Amino acid sequence: MAFVTIRRAAAAAVIAVLCAVAHPSAATAQGSVNPTASSVKEQQLLDALKPDQRLSGRVSIPDPGASSLIQPEGRQFRAERDQNARIGGLAILGMLGLLVLFYVVRGKVRMDGGRSGTTITRFGFVERFTHWLTAVSFLLLGLTGLNITFGRALVLPLIGPQAFTSLSQAGKFVHIYVSFAFALGILLMFLLWVKDNLPALRDIRWFLQGGGLIGLGHPPADRFNAGQKLIFWSVVLGGGAIAVTGYILMFPFAWTDIAGMQWASVWHGLIGAVLFAVILAHIYIGSVGMEGAIDAMGSGEVDVNWAKEHHSIWTERELGKAGKGAAPAE
Amino acid sequence: MARMKFLCDADRCIECNACVTACKNENEVPWGINRRRVVTINDGKPGERSVSMACMHCTDAPCAAVCPVDCFYTTEDAVVLHSKELCIGCGYCFYACPFGAPQYPKTGNFGSRGKMDKCTYCAGGPEADNTKEERVAYGANRLAEGKLPLCAEMCSTKALLAGDGEIIAQIYKERVTKRGYGSGAWGWKTAYKETIAT
Repeated sequence: MAFVTIRRAAAAAVIAVLCAVAHPSAATAQGSVNPTASSVKEQQLLDALKPDQRLSGRVSIPDPGASSLIQPEGRQFRAERDQNARIGGLAILGMLGLLVLFYVVRGKVRMDGGRSGTTITRFGFVERFTHWLTAVSFLLLGLTGLNITFGRALVLPLIGPQAFTSLSQAGKFVHIYVSFAFALGILLMFLLWVKDNLPALRDIRWFLQGGGLIGLGHPPADRFNAGQKLIFWSVVLGGGAIAVTGYILMFPFAWTDIAGMQWASVWHGLIGAVLFAVILAHIYIGSVGMEGAIDAMGSGEVDVNWAKEHHSIWTERELGKAGKGAAPAE
Repeated sequence: MARMKFLCDADRCIECNACVTACKNENEVPWGINRRRVVTINDGKPGERSVSMACMHCTDAPCAAVCPVDCFYTTEDAVVLHSKELCIGCGYCFYACPFGAPQYPKTGNFGSRGKMDKCTYCAGGPEADNTKEERVAYGANRLAEGKLPLCAEMCSTKALLAGDGEIIAQIYKERVTKRGYGSGAWGWKTAYKETIAT
C-alpha cells in the first residue's frame, strides 16, 4: 500500500517537472509557429523547378519512380510530339509533292547516249544484299512507325478501333523485331561503303551542276556522286541515331529516367520521319526517276553508257582494270 | 453532370497510406501497381507535407492526346478512362502524364509492358457497369452505384476529397479561411489549368 503511494507521488512529481520544463517553450511556440510560413507550397515548388525537373519527395512504396509527384515536362513531351508530327508530315508530303513536280517538269532522266548493250558490274552480291536488307527493313519500320504517329488520324477512322489496335499491336512487334535487321544493315553498309563516301572537292562541283539533273551536263563522279554520299550519310547517321534512340525506347528505363525516355521518343520520331522523306527521293531516283539506275541494285550490272554518265571516274578506272586484265600480256 | 476531381488537402494528410491500401483492395490492383500513392515533400524538414496522388482526370488530358490508338475517353462526369482492349502498351501516356498515373503490369523483353492500368476514379471501364468483365479488367465501379472513390470516402482526416470540382473547392476554401493557411490544391494547376483562390 505504501509502495503504491510512493509510486504515485513519484509519478506526480515527474509529471510536474515535465510540465514545468515543457511549459515555457510551449508558451513561446504558441506565438511563433506559423503553419502557413513554414509549410511547403505547391506553387513555390513549381516556380523553383528548372526545365526537366520533377517535383518529388519520399514514398513508402518500394518503387523509386513513384516518388515523383508532378512532372510538368509531360505536357512539354506532348507539345513536342505534336510538333514532330507536323514537321514529319510536312517533310514527307512536301517531298512527295516535289518529286511529282520534278517528274512532271523534268520527266525521266534518260541516258544521253542510249544503252550501249555492254554492262559493267556495279554492285556485288554482298553489297546488294546489304542494300535490300536495310531497304526492306527500313520500309517496314517506316510504315509501322508512321502508323504510330499518323495512324490515329488516317487509318483509325477507316478501319475502326478494334482493327486498328490489332494492326498497331502487330505493327509494334514488326517494328521491334525488324529493327535488328535494320541495325545490322546500317552497320554493314557503313563498313562496305564508307571508303567511297568520304567527301571530295568534286562534290561541290556536282552540286553546282545540279547533279546533272538540270541540263548542265554530267559532272564527274567517282564510285558515288555527291547526292549518293548525302544519302549514305543520312542513312548511316540518321539510321544510327534512330537505332540508338529506338533501343533506349525498347528497354524502358534501363539506361535513363523519364526525361531521357521522352527525349528518345521525340527524337526517334522526328529523325525517322525526316529520313523517310529523304528515302522517298532515293527511291524515286533509283526507280521511275532515272533510266538504268535500278539495274545497279537489281542485277548489279549497269549499262556502260549509264556508268560513264553518272560515275565517269569510277567507270574509267574499272574499265581500265578490266582492260588490263583482258589484254594479252606482251 | 458533375465535373469530378480529386483534391488533396496536404495540411490534413497524415501519410497513413490508407487511401493506397483501400484502392488496392477495392480494385484488386495487380501486384506492383499502385494507382494511388502518398508522396512526402521535404520529408523530415520543418513544413513537410504529404500529398496523396493518383490520376487527376485532367482537363484536356495529355495521355489521351498522345495515345497512338486513341484508347482514352472522358465520361459525362469528366472522368478519364481507357480501354484495355485497345491499349497496345506503348508507354507514351506515361511519358506525357504529369502525375505518373499510367502504369504497366509487365516489364518483359523488348519493352513489352502489357495493358496500361491507372486510377479509374472507381468508375470501371468501357464494359457494361458492374459486370464481371469490367471488375476483372478495371476494378470497382462505385460511381455507377452512386458512391465516390473509396480512397477519398474512407480518408480518416478527410484530407483527400473527391466529388464535383466546385463543391470540393468550396470545402477547401472554407477550411483555409477558417484555419488561416493552406499549401494549395496540389496538381490542380497542372491538371485543370486553374487553382483555388483562397
